[in-house]
Parts: sequence; structure tokens; C-alpha cells
Amino acid sequence: MKVFEKTKMLTDAHMHYCPGCTHGIVHRLVAESIEELGLQEKCIGIAPVGCAVFAYDYFNCDMQEAAHGRAPAVATGIKRCHPDSTVFVYQGDGDLASIGMAETVHAAARGENITIIFINNSIYGMTGGQMAPTTLIGQKATTCQSGRDPKVNGYPIRVCELLATLDAPYYIERVSTHDVKHVLAAKKAIKKALKFQSEGRGYTFIEVLVSCPTNWHMRPVEALRFMGEECTKTFPLGVYRDKSEGKE
Amino acid sequence: MSKILLHGTEAICEGAIRNGCRAFFGYPITPQNEVPEYMSVKMPQIGGTFVQAESEVAAINMVYGAAGSGVRAMTSSSSPGVSLKQEGISYIACARIPCVVVNIMRAGPGLGGILPAQGDYFQATKGGGHGDYHLIVLAPCSVQEACDLTYRAFDLSDRYRVPAMILADGMIGQLMEPVELPPMRSLSEIPEKPWATSGHYGKDRRVLNSLIIKPEELEPHVNELQRTYDEIYANERLAAEYKTEDAEIVLTAYGTVARIVKSAVNELRKQGIKAGCIRPITLYPFPDNVFARCAEREETKAFLSVELSLGQMVEDVRLAVNGKKPVYFYGRTGGNVPDESEIVRAAKDALEKAVKA
Repeated sequence: MKVFEKTKMLTDAHMHYCPGCTHGIVHRLVAESIEELGLQEKCIGIAPVGCAVFAYDYFNCDMQEAAHGRAPAVATGIKRCHPDSTVFVYQGDGDLASIGMAETVHAAARGENITIIFINNSIYGMTGGQMAPTTLIGQKATTCQSGRDPKVNGYPIRVCELLATLDAPYYIERVSTHDVKHVLAAKKAIKKALKFQSEGRGYTFIEVLVSCPTNWHMRPVEALRFMGEECTKTFPLGVYRDKSEGKE
Repeated sequence: MSKILLHGTEAICEGAIRNGCRAFFGYPITPQNEVPEYMSVKMPQIGGTFVQAESEVAAINMVYGAAGSGVRAMTSSSSPGVSLKQEGISYIACARIPCVVVNIMRAGPGLGGILPAQGDYFQATKGGGHGDYHLIVLAPCSVQEACDLTYRAFDLSDRYRVPAMILADGMIGQLMEPVELPPMRSLSEIPEKPWATSGHYGKDRRVLNSLIIKPEELEPHVNELQRTYDEIYANERLAAEYKTEDAEIVLTAYGTVARIVKSAVNELRKQGIKAGCIRPITLYPFPDNVFARCAEREETKAFLSVELSLGQMVEDVRLAVNGKKPVYFYGRTGGNVPDESEIVRAAKDALEKAVKA
């Protein structure tokens, strides 16, 4: 009896993510959701610059690799020309909330009918642990080695809350991957966002808290605990916009 | 077909639309605002896409997405805005996505001024962004040519999978002249793009990417790009010659300046000086063959490059002439355009220096 089968929306390529990183889980949630909704035949993904730069090797559909921060603009170009396709964007915190903040905000303000998966691990992973726009107060990084000091480095940016000030977005939710319960909730949110897109409802944005044991210098289990206990304090989980439920 | 009176920027738009451009992404900057304005009206009428982007950076990346998904796409800007697009153009060149970028040049550097200039020649013809790459660069000198070269740019870009640039100065953008428009081409006549990411699954899936992390793969990719540039060089060099057959002084200019140079050539001839003009139409590939041929002629005593810059194209002229004859330069900057008498004087000076030498 077959009890489990890997989604066909992921290729068989060996993922390069570090042990204990939850990027791979989010890849699977996105891929499973697309397949379960039957959207895989007309689907285009945009890979970012950062840890998920090789996402084009993992998602089993057409992919474009965007310049750092520009993925929402690239997605806009594709979706406007192919309104019947499913366009998803996968970006990390440096890509989306630092260098790409203009593209992020304006794609949301235009209400582009795309789905953005925002991976927030509060660090620049690929480049080796520098401070991110989402690094927590006091959290150590290679460019704030005594911990993030708001007097020097300012404060972390809460992107869901920021985007929820705009009129156009249809659905905005922040989820986490620190335990099974939350992974299942994350899947639900991602699937809901993609379904809304397929119904032409507009801009959908899912922020997913992800761990980075390598650059947080923690064991994987410890990193998951930190995510659940600390990250969620700065980045509260929940629905920030859901027009289907009348939540404006 | 009858002619209609058109603005240079409108002619560029019509050249694009009539050869299948169905996506335009722009951002306001003087002196090219009429391009996004015209496209914002026209694109929805023909089932195309228009987006006013949040920046030039976003606009070129929207082109990356749209053109990468198989649609003929264009963006336009002017010098400072084109600098901002260079990151995206480099990615587009590496990922081999055909598209058209219009630069209606204004005076630089920096924010510079809004009047015509040709100071972006180096940026346009030598790559512009980071890495080893080139664009196909076409330089119109009339409103008719602005239309025709934009039309042609889409075919060249698709054929070679190399982005194309229309390099026009602010004068060409703002002129009004009679134009005969080409017929509207049916989208079904445009060759298929089997590489486009328009939505494929599984073994049919396509990837557009400029990250080639393994050196043993990146080098062959860059070499393949260079082979394409070599092919473009062999097939596509283009220049217009005017009275060069017996010319002692061969002037050269592109865009607006070429028109004034043509008048200067007529004036010089009236004064008994055998002058001629080479007008490069493709700036990349540079039509070095035409210059080399003129340089071989015994009658040719000197070349004079006239530009709205401090001397950019003149470097390619020198490479093409290869020391066989002296090459002189006359340029104006800051948005100033030389008049006929200045050019006549510069040509006489050049000829005198060459004869003395």
C-alpha cells in the first residue's frame, strides 16, 4: 500500500539547502498546493537571488530567475501577458524587503494577480549571515556582531503589516514552519493564496517564517524553538488581509 | 501608401506595434514621455499590455518577464533612466531574451540636461552593464527611420536572441515629419519561440536564467554569445554613404548630427572642397568595412567624426581606419547642436591639418 508520494511539481534534483533549514519544506508546500489545485500545466515560477536562487532547478514547471529584488516586476511582466497562467514568486527577506522593497510594494499596490511566497529567516543566508531587514533586535549577524542595535541599525520591517496598509492586496497571511501544526497551517495558507489567484481575485502574499541554523549558529531543533518563541514575537502570525472573509 | 505627419516618439511606437510588440513598460523621463503616453493609449486597443512601472529598474525587469514568456516587449527611457536599466539589460543579454530598449539620449553626465546629446554611445555599444555582452544598436536619423529601425529591431533581436537598442538623440524624439507606416504584421507571422516560459510542466519545462555557477559551463555560454555577436557583425553592419566616392574629407556622424553634416558636405562641395559623409546606421555592429574601404582610397585625405559628445564614436572610426589616414574629431555637448558653418569650418581645419601632415 502506497502511503506517500512526492509531488510531481518538484523535480528529482538534490536540494542544496543546509541541514535543518526549512526552505525545503516550503518548496514542498508550494509544489503540493499547485499540484493539488491542478494548476501545474500553466504555471510559471520566479526564483530570487539568495538561498533560493536555485529554485528553478527544483520546481517542475517553467521558471525565470530574476535579478536581486526584481521578481515581482518580472512576475508582473509575465502575468499581464499570460493572465490565465499561475505565476508564483519565491523570495527571501533581503531580496524582498531590502533591495526589492519598491518592486514589492508597487506590485502589491497594483494588485497584480500573482502569489508571493516570502521567506523570512531574519538573515542573509547565501552570503553568509549578514543583517537582514528582518533581523530581530539583539540578534547577531556578521554585520552587527554584538546584535542588532536599533540606534545603529534601525528596526526590523514587518512586511505583512506594511502591505496591509494598501487597498489592493486580496490576501495577506504570516505563517511559520517551526512545528508540524504550523507547517500544516502554512500549507493551508499557501494553497488558499494560489486558489485565489486561479480565481482571478488579485494579489496574494504569504510570509513564511523559516529557520537558519547555519547562520543563527544553532542546532536545528534549537533554531525551531527560537523561531517559535522569538521570531513570532516580532512577527506575529495571522491573517492581515482576507477579502474573501471581509477582512480589510 | 500615403504619408502621415508623426512625432519621432510616435513613429518609434508605431514601428514597434506594427511588428508585433504587445507589451510596453515605461517610466516618465524627459524627453521620451510621449512614448509611454502613446503606448498607454494604444496597447489596450490592440490587446497588448501597458504598465507604468515604479522605476526604470522595474520596467526593464517587466520586459524580462514579458519577453521571456514569448511576447514582443519594449521599454523606453532617456540617458539617466537607461543607466538604471543596465542591470536588467545585462541579465537579459545573458538569459538571451529578445526585446527592444529605446534610449532617447539627453545631455549628461548625471542628471545633466534635457536637450539632445550622444554621450551614451559607449554605454550602448560596449555593453553598458556588467559582464561581456553587446546589444544590437540602431541609430535613426529621421522620423521615418525611427519607425523602420524599431520595426527591424524586433526581427533582429528575435533572430539572434540578443536585445536591441534604438539609440536616438532628443532631437529625433521630438521632430515631426511625414512617415509612411509599414503595414500591421499579424502575430501569427512572427516565428515561434520554443524557449519561452509561457507555462510548461515536467519534461517540457523551460528555464530562463543568467546564473551559470560552474566555470566550465559559464565560459562556453559566454563564448556562444560571442559567436552570435560575430555572426551579427558579419551579417548586419549597415551605413549610408553620401558623396564618398571622390571625397578628400570624409565626415561621419549618426542621428540628428548626420543631417547637419549632410548639409555641410553640400556647402563644402559648393566651395570646391570634395567632401563626403558616412552615416553609421548600426552602431553595434559598427560598419567598419565602409570606413576601411574609404581609408584605402587614394583620394581620401582625412576623416572627421562629428558628435554630440566629447568623442566616443570616433574611437570606433579610428579602429576601422586603422592608422591609414588621420581621424579628427569635432563635438558639442551640454545639449548644444553644431550648425552647418561650424562643421564646415571643422572639416576645412581637418583637411588642412591632414595635408600639412
